[in-house]
Amino acid sequence: MNHNFQKDISGCGLVGIINRDGKRISGSFACNSLCLMNDRGNGLGAGYAAYGIYPEYKDLYAFHIMYDELGAKTDTEEYLKKNYHIEKKEPMPTASVPTIKIHPIIWRYFIKPLPEKAERELANLGDDDFVVHTVMKINSEIDGAYVFSSGKNMGAFKGVGMPIEIARFFRLEEYEGYIWTAHTRFPTNTPGWWGGAHPFTLLDWSIVHNGEISSYGINKRYLEMYGYKLTLLTDTEVVAYLFDLMVRKHGLDTATACTVLAAPFWKRIDDMPEDEKEAMTALRMVYGSALMNGPFSILFGHSKGLVGFNDRIKLRPLMAATKGKTVYMASEESAIREICPSPEKVWAPRAGEPVIVELEDSR
Amino acid sequence: MFKSLAVPEFLAKIDPVKCIRCKRCIQNCGWSVYSWGGDKVLIDTFKCVKCLRCYHYCPEEAITIEDNPVIYRNNANWGYNHIRNIKRQAETGGIPLTGMGSDLPYPILFDHLLIDACQVTNPSIDPLREPMELRTYLGKKPARLEFDKGPDGKLRLKTKMPPQIKLEMPFIFAPMSYGSISLNAQKTIAMAAKELGIVMNTGEGGLHEEIYPYRSNVIVQVASGRFGVNPDYLNAGVAVEIKIGQGAKPGIGGHLPGEKIPLDIAKTRMIPVGTDALSPAPQHDIYSIEDLRQLIYALKEATNYTKPVSVKIAAVHNVAAIASGIVRAGADIVYIDGFRGGTGAAPVIIRDHLGIPIEHAIAAVDDRLRQEGIRNEASIIAAGGIRSSADAAKAIALGADAVALGTSALITMGCTVCGKCYTGNCSWGITTQRPELTVRLDPEVYAERLINLIHAWSHELKEILGALGVNAIESLRGSRERLRGVGLDSQTLDILGVKPAGR
Ligand code: SF4
Ligand code: SF4
Repeated sequence: MNHNFQKDISGCGLVGIINRDGKRISGSFACNSLCLMNDRGNGLGAGYAAYGIYPEYKDLYAFHIMYDELGAKTDTEEYLKKNYHIEKKEPMPTASVPTIKIHPIIWRYFIKPLPEKAERELANLGDDDFVVHTVMKINSEIDGAYVFSSGKNMGAFKGVGMPIEIARFFRLEEYEGYIWTAHTRFPTNTPGWWGGAHPFTLLDWSIVHNGEISSYGINKRYLEMYGYKLTLLTDTEVVAYLFDLMVRKHGLDTATACTVLAAPFWKRIDDMPEDEKEAMTALRMVYGSALMNGPFSILFGHSKGLVGFNDRIKLRPLMAATKGKTVYMASEESAIREICPSPEKVWAPRAGEPVIVELEDSR
Repeated sequence: MFKSLAVPEFLAKIDPVKCIRCKRCIQNCGWSVYSWGGDKVLIDTFKCVKCLRCYHYCPEEAITIEDNPVIYRNNANWGYNHIRNIKRQAETGGIPLTGMGSDLPYPILFDHLLIDACQVTNPSIDPLREPMELRTYLGKKPARLEFDKGPDGKLRLKTKMPPQIKLEMPFIFAPMSYGSISLNAQKTIAMAAKELGIVMNTGEGGLHEEIYPYRSNVIVQVASGRFGVNPDYLNAGVAVEIKIGQGAKPGIGGHLPGEKIPLDIAKTRMIPVGTDALSPAPQHDIYSIEDLRQLIYALKEATNYTKPVSVKIAAVHNVAAIASGIVRAGADIVYIDGFRGGTGAAPVIIRDHLGIPIEHAIAAVDDRLRQEGIRNEASIIAAGGIRSSADAAKAIALGADAVALGTSALITMGCTVCGKCYTGNCSWGITTQRPELTVRLDPEVYAERLINLIHAWSHELKEILGALGVNAIESLRGSRERLRGVGLDSQTLDILGVKPAGR
């Protein structure tokens, strides 16, 4: 357990769009909405996550990987070749943007863990666990390589620049997804690093996050006890791993996981009916170290839905709106109205109460 | 008899002009410093311990107690205590005893740790306007929970939760037995614990019937002497604690001489009146970790698995491995007592030279339990030198679930940490059984002071949490990232898992 880390601090703006009927829309919507909040970023990081963008490879893990230099690519690919069936690999399609002068080498891979389990490392792990292991390994052990995303039929696109520049660079208008999340960033202490931008992802989960988690220290140590390696030292990474632990490993549902992260106050719990009180008390006792304390608003995307929520006293903004089958969430109402001028319903979710949206047919 | 060559520590003086010969000092001093000389108060300054009872009760402010200026020649190597103890030992051949925690100037790490605060990037929280939560549960926590959904769609807990002690604030009162302290002192603590929603601990002296009404705020202790232990006793409180060791005297037993065992104490301890109450150094059925496991489970059986079992140990060099063994042996709580922890009586040489500070111990134990993936299996109570809410906050940030308060609780009853508890003459009626002294300590009056103290510390703790931008104590617990070290070497920082200030 290394305590000599330098934590990343930033403020931000965020946007999330989900079409509950699964209709896919272009990345330019998310980009337009986000660009209205340019003053919430400072050009040191922007990013997008999209679901439903690779229907032709939907059963394969789509790895977006950035490399600082070619040596890192060689090492990474060697590892992947040994352990994965690689269906396709290609450089990430990008466009040249005059303001983005330097950028890392970015490739994408459509892969799945080798079925001949005996040959691959840690053959006893299931596919998902093995992919998580791979991501941790590449990020922490291969210098200069960093996995942007690793889920199926989804991907993260992010880098150092303003939202519009990053969207143009990755040619996002060419992608269509049924869920988009987007993020612009105002880091206060980090030099621009492409890996440091949001969204942060693991398997098909993506997190964009505005805020600083004042409980980071204990959240990190709690996760380390369960074998997570926190390499990025951002709050966002903590959020993603906490979800991974609670939902994927411990089998809690999303709403319950949100209840842990932004726990109701004891005063409220004490007034609950007996059964619920017992459940909530146990949740707080057992998962107290997973409570995310401090100001935040978070969008958590996964292949079947989108969740938005705030800290327990709502110290960062989050608005939500609906129109037809589409649900919007953003730091500011104006960002929603920019792409949906007349929503049917607009509201400010209450502190700690998650907005949970699921696809109509959760395939 | 020849006059002791050990120089008195203090000089008690009475201003003859101010003194009105009311004799209150004679009555108040538990150590018989004062006596009546016919026309004035006589002073035997050799007996003075500077507990200041007389000073506070003299109506005329006629009394001054000075540190004796006629002390041995200044010598950085041969200090006053060394020379004095040698002289005393030469005269008696005995082991000099002492009370309270070590007063030697070992480094106090709490005084080299500073707490973080929020500025701009994350807002601080005002505890006067926003809720601030200190509630703490002590006991084994499962690693994960399972739920069912009720017909109303709400969660129903499927996992069976192990028993817990609920604390409204992360403080408990440290074990202090009836015998080491007076019944009134114990009652004061029990009343405060009940009012505050926290717990006290019987210590090893059994449970007096007058403490019984406070049983839902009591931890009962089982120590090597097994005083007062029977099935009713084990089931009387909210938890059972096995005492292995004490920070002030690790590896050392206790001995309450027969003359200090009157009927009431004898009844509570369930021993004959006037017999010596011996607590052997080890528990005679625990010679290894397997034996401890058997005792833990024997106690769990005896209490039908309804009470958490705590194991109290002194912080010693290998504390991390020992604590890990204790947790694996089935304990629900590990109580760690640092070497600065208090005592009613301990050999000076043991108190001042054995064990390690609580700060290192918390850090090492918390780290070890996390490395082994069993931190959730037991709560950690830190004790031994918690002097303020800041110490408590630092202990919790290092990894403790709650802190235990002994000396600070006694200070609210008048104790001045004079360190002479072992004499049984405490003028404040705390560490004495002499009825004319214990009667001074009115539990009703002093419970209120103790409650005031804990309320004050709780408010301070809330202010600290607010400054840290968090509103629940669990966000501070183990969050070493919110501490910085000043003037600590890099190895110590490493052990504490804390960055130096400026990083
Ligand atoms: S209490 Fe004060 S005034 Fe009374 S006898 Fe003692 S010294 Fe004199
Ligand atoms: S309890 Fe009494 S004897 Fe012990 S240190 Fe305090 S004042 Fe002195």
